[in-house]
Amino acid sequence: MGYPYSHDLEVNTLLSRHFGDEKARTLEGWKELGGYATLPRALEMEPGAITEVVKESGLRGRGGAGFPTGVKWSFMPQEPTGPHYLCCNADESEPGAFKDREILRWVPHLLIEGCLIAARAIRAEHVYIYVRGEFFPFSRIVTDAVVEAYEAGYVGENILGSGWNCDVTVHIGAGAYIAGEETGLMSSLMGGRAEPWIKPPFPAQAGVFGRPTTVNNVETLAAVPMIVAEGADWYRQWGTEKSPGTKLWCCSGHLVRPGTYELPMGIALKDVIYDVCGGAPNGKKIKAVIPGGSSTAMLTADELDCEGTYEGMAEAGSALGTASPIVMDEDTNIVRAMRRIAQFYAHESCGQCVQCREGTSWTAQLLHRIERGEGSLSDIDTLYHLCEQMTGRTICPLADSVVFPLRSSLDKFRDEYEALIRC
Amino acid sequence: MKNPIHPAAASSQAFQIAEIRPIERLFEDDEGRDRLEKALSRYPEKRAALLPMLGYAQERNGWVSDESMEQIAGALDLTPAYVRSVATFYTMYNKHPVGRHFIQVCTCISCHLHEADEVFERFLAETGTRAGEVSEDGKYTVIEAECLGACGFATAVQVNDRYFENVTPDQIPAILDELD
Repeated sequence: MGYPYSHDLEVNTLLSRHFGDEKARTLEGWKELGGYATLPRALEMEPGAITEVVKESGLRGRGGAGFPTGVKWSFMPQEPTGPHYLCCNADESEPGAFKDREILRWVPHLLIEGCLIAARAIRAEHVYIYVRGEFFPFSRIVTDAVVEAYEAGYVGENILGSGWNCDVTVHIGAGAYIAGEETGLMSSLMGGRAEPWIKPPFPAQAGVFGRPTTVNNVETLAAVPMIVAEGADWYRQWGTEKSPGTKLWCCSGHLVRPGTYELPMGIALKDVIYDVCGGAPNGKKIKAVIPGGSSTAMLTADELDCEGTYEGMAEAGSALGTASPIVMDEDTNIVRAMRRIAQFYAHESCGQCVQCREGTSWTAQLLHRIERGEGSLSDIDTLYHLCEQMTGRTICPLADSVVFPLRSSLDKFRDEYEALIRC
Repeated sequence: MKNPIHPAAASSQAFQIAEIRPIERLFEDDEGRDRLEKALSRYPEKRAALLPMLGYAQERNGWVSDESMEQIAGALDLTPAYVRSVATFYTMYNKHPVGRHFIQVCTCISCHLHEADEVFERFLAETGTRAGEVSEDGKYTVIEAECLGACGFATAVQVNDRYFENVTPDQIPAILDELD
């Protein structure tokens, strides 16, 4: 498994520089590669100063929403009246996304150092790394790294003689997509069903165990040490004004070279798909791309010339999401692919909100009916109606997540639906 | 008792494994008490040790029985009904015994675009089972899984705590041989 794949684009690999290097997994090897050099510096900084650097760097949440990380940290109370918590969201389960697992499996100490610096910034003394249950091989690697870090004094009491205490616990889930939503994650961490809750209260006010909490994605936290070490301006040499830095793109579906690539923000989606990943195999044409993980709107092959940033993808009518393009070639049955996506959301709905619980399963059933050639034209109207009912009416965005690909597939590939209905 | 584990690792032990070590009373031996105590030490509330303890029950017995749920409820001051409501929410806790090799074939979108459905059918055929059922020799259970998070390596298959990636239907006999 050669990581990172080579490509012709000029980019310094930052997060992924040591992917594929076994040495990076052990504490000793990681230190030789320059690891844990930033933590002592961060321990000498005021928490507010760490937050300020991250704010200036423009780093945005890599879990999909793109919220500015430093701003999120600044919501935490400045004068703690009790425990604060940091949750590292390693519940990566969006279909199409498989970037965080590469960080977990290759550079676990980078993640731990990022967690510690972030914990310092938000005045937390316990970090929970919530890893999806299926990721046993990777949670094991992270767990081993945490234990090593405890033994070396990077985690635990009086870290590096600073007088600061911080624990890290790896907590694994058990198969629930919705545990990747931040309030669902906290419900799960507290020993409950992973049911999201209505905000407010926001996590920074009352999160896990009722205490101020910040939830950050793995890739976000892994970017923190280099930003604190090298400064905001250094990080801003990549990417755009509003979306600085580099991003791990994980590309799947019909591609010559699927995989995880670290690329500067702002790269055109078409360059990721054609230049980096080699386009569709066997000389086939591309029919559609779901650019940001399965919960984003489909783009046709003619719509791929868009800027790979949070703003650029929104302008193109979709979203950057987790930068996880799923590519479908000309032979793909769009209705069938959409049914498969809807089936996922129907399975993963937590069941609290009627619009989601009923809407996702009815969507999957209707699509299945059309796929089998038993649909009617009125089913298309019903699907549009379901899109209306599932948008913006639920506690969390899971129902909206099926609407984005569904509505775009109906708008852009209506002929495919109609062909199955008429034949 | 297995090698003592670090408290930071008490909530991240793999719980879908081939080598189960069945036990009736979860918290009446040193290992069970140790695991419970270490998990509890990581959270300000007892209830938070629920997922780790459901995992422990499955790690030992291969599945989570009603009796295990009752014992966990007792250990964490929860009602058995509450424990059940949580255990049944999560797909990875087996509510019935499964084969020693628990085979999950990802058939979600990216794997679906490759040969996931064929891989799944081939696993069923080679093991002589229907979806979710335990093979007569107790070795295999095959199910379809929603996204396993290995989309670039389609088709992804998880067998207990291992991943097999880029799986094609013709590789399946060799994979099954390797498992034995």
